[in-house]
Amino acid sequence: MLLSQAQDRSLGLVERLRLRAHLAICERCRRVSTHFEFLRAAVRQYRDGD
Amino acid sequence: MPTEIAPTIRAEDIEKERSYLLRYALLQLRNPAHAEDAVQETLLAALEGRERFAGKSSLRTWLTGILKHKVIDHLRRSGREQQLTGSDDDRSEADAIDALFAEDGHWRETPSDWGNPAGAFENSRFWSAFELCLQRLPARTAKVFTMREVMDLTTDEICQELGITTTNCWVMLHRARLTLRECLEMTWFDGQQP
Repeated sequence: MLLSQAQDRSLGLVERLRLRAHLAICERCRRVSTHFEFLRAAVRQYRDGD
Repeated sequence: MPTEIAPTIRAEDIEKERSYLLRYALLQLRNPAHAEDAVQETLLAALEGRERFAGKSSLRTWLTGILKHKVIDHLRRSGREQQLTGSDDDRSEADAIDALFAEDGHWRETPSDWGNPAGAFENSRFWSAFELCLQRLPARTAKVFTMREVMDLTTDEICQELGITTTNCWVMLHRARLTLRECLEMTWFDGQQP
């Protein structure tokens, strides 16, 4: 959830640290994090592309 | 006032943006007839109000600004109709997402490495897959997701517009991302890796 919310609001300090600590040990979550970024980029490209 | 030099927009210039606007509207409304309506209303409003176009932004930006309002009107109207039918959608979506995780909350399957995903942008077949995945999202989830990602609204604005709580909004956005991620992985990335 936090990973997704990071795209929708600015996380507090504690949340940021928690997320970073978790990502450090969770390879799957790191992947999903890049996938979420990709989704955002893809929607923009889809919207703005010709 | 003959001295004022207003930028002149020709009807053809406005018409040229139709397909862009239609795609934009379709992303939000997911109903071709409603999208067509919203675009038609936008083009009419633009023609009638073309002297208000200040020329400070591009024509497309200006038209998109008008379209956003038309889309929100449609969302408001269809939101009232949809409240009765939303719940089944929600249940099956929640089940599908539960299936992704083991009981300890960890991923059941390892999400695959998408390599350099931006390469997919060049491939028209990727965009077909992407469209299909967007269409498969339950209507309410898709609405929240596109308000956030396509219209760049903040979650506060979305909550206000749809009358839902912020937490609910975050949950729906999270679901939308997980579902889209899963769909793209299955329909596109897993088949494409060497």
